[in-house]
Amino acid sequence: MPVLEARGLRKFYGALEVVAGVDLAVPRGECFGLLGPNGAGKTTTLRLCLGLTDPDGGEISLLGLPVPAAARRARAKVGVVPQVDNLDPDFTVRENLLVYGRYFDLPQRDIAARMPELLEFAGLTGRAGAKINTLSGGMKRRLTLARSLINDPDVLFLDEPTTGLDPQARHMIWERLKSLMGQGKTLVLTTHFMDEAERLCHRLSIMDHGRIIASGPPRELISRYIEPQVVEVYGEGVREWAGSQGAGLAERTEIAGETAFCYARDAQALIAGLNGRAGLRYLHRPANLEDVFLKLTGRDIRD
Amino acid sequence: MLSTLRFFRAPRLSPRFMPVWRRNFLVWRKLAIPSMLGNLADPMFYMLALGYGLGSLLPDVEGIPYITFLAGGTVCYSTMNSATFEALYSGFSRMHVQRTWDAILNAPINLDDILLAELFWAASKSFLSGMAILLIIWVLGLSHSWLALAIIPLVILIGLTFAALGLTITAVSPSYDFFMYYFTLAITPMVLLCGVFFPVSQLPPWLQDISAWLPLTHAIELVRPLLQGQIPPRAALNLAVLAGYAAAGFYAALVLTRRRLLK
Repeated sequence: MPVLEARGLRKFYGALEVVAGVDLAVPRGECFGLLGPNGAGKTTTLRLCLGLTDPDGGEISLLGLPVPAAARRARAKVGVVPQVDNLDPDFTVRENLLVYGRYFDLPQRDIAARMPELLEFAGLTGRAGAKINTLSGGMKRRLTLARSLINDPDVLFLDEPTTGLDPQARHMIWERLKSLMGQGKTLVLTTHFMDEAERLCHRLSIMDHGRIIASGPPRELISRYIEPQVVEVYGEGVREWAGSQGAGLAERTEIAGETAFCYARDAQALIAGLNGRAGLRYLHRPANLEDVFLKLTGRDIRD
Repeated sequence: MLSTLRFFRAPRLSPRFMPVWRRNFLVWRKLAIPSMLGNLADPMFYMLALGYGLGSLLPDVEGIPYITFLAGGTVCYSTMNSATFEALYSGFSRMHVQRTWDAILNAPINLDDILLAELFWAASKSFLSGMAILLIIWVLGLSHSWLALAIIPLVILIGLTFAALGLTITAVSPSYDFFMYYFTLAITPMVLLCGVFFPVSQLPPWLQDISAWLPLTHAIELVRPLLQGQIPPRAALNLAVLAGYAAAGFYAALVLTRRRLLK
């Protein structure tokens, strides 16, 4: 039985349907990613799955329990890393973990016993007595992640776990998440970083306007929706080139700003043609998840 | 939408409020001394300065020295103030600014448990403020009756009443600035109209009519006679009004906070 299953989820804010019939099934041990532009309904979907808001339609089962009816019992075995850090600024690192453990009704000595392991996981062993406002962004995120593990959860919900972090801190979070997957934990995460999704997720769904528009393992999505090779061309006269020569050599061409994205099964002819053109520069690379994402959700800015 | 109706369902209260109350207690313990001073100093100086200063110019009020008269009002006023500040400013910080409630909601604790914890917590803090004034009253020898001990549980009820009312304001507040309305339109009028500084009977009838509806009036009608060793003449009514405000206020706070956070 899946750890998390949702069928026909719907949620309205006024007349706006922010979740418009979402189906999810996440088996045990999987890292599942929910991708989508801002406002696609990712966070609302997570909140529905946790029983933090009632659906206007559909059914949810989390760890075999119906949500929202038995959401509190389900949350006893769930960890959550929210999008915005909400560590308790009045407390030290250690007190944050202690107080959070009490919310799960854990005995003081159980929390104390888990403390060294969690501090080490967060890389904060030497900072147990530090105030929250003295920690860096990466440290706070790691502590939030450690806090979500205080109850030894079976499933973790992570809402944009690395947004706002520098590359070093992101890699550190990814490494921690991989070690949790190694322990057999189920991960459900939202992100709009394609490299994060590609790196971590066994399977993902792309969401837009409250609906899931594509699902599958990352490599499979790429091969299903995108030609394997991409040549990005930019420089003087790129539009004119793309309209004439480029269009004939690539299966599909998209222009965004001053760059032409040329998608092709075989890019040899394209590159040969480009090498003869002064003023045009190019980048030849394999197709990735971002190409899928942009193809499916469009290149328009979302606010 | 259908889910909106669920904001109105009956409170679901459980002992799970306890860890949330303890969280607030742990924070308070770190800042106990400045926090106590802040809550205490203001009503205490009003009582001492007005009671002795102004009181020396006044004849007895309702048959007792002015400071003794003022003492009963100050216990209630101090309790009200402390519960109100906690439910408004500190409650709002935890709900909106620090997002502490959001973090707690991800654990197996419901919003109803959090609101109950905040209600009890604000009442706990205001209990200390009320007790501190009562202690000063005893030390100054302003009350000699065993009946005054009945004020101890009463202060808990008064604290719950004003905590519940404060939480409804917090639930609809967009920012700290909004609290000015509540202080200007509710708290200050109560301090002036409910008999803290002078008997309500001195007011013109139309102001007395307003006063009769305000919870602080009923708190003072209970506490003042008890300090003098008298049974309050309208005790049942006074208790019912305070309990009514507490229950209605808490339910309103619950509905409004659910609407705000669980939408």
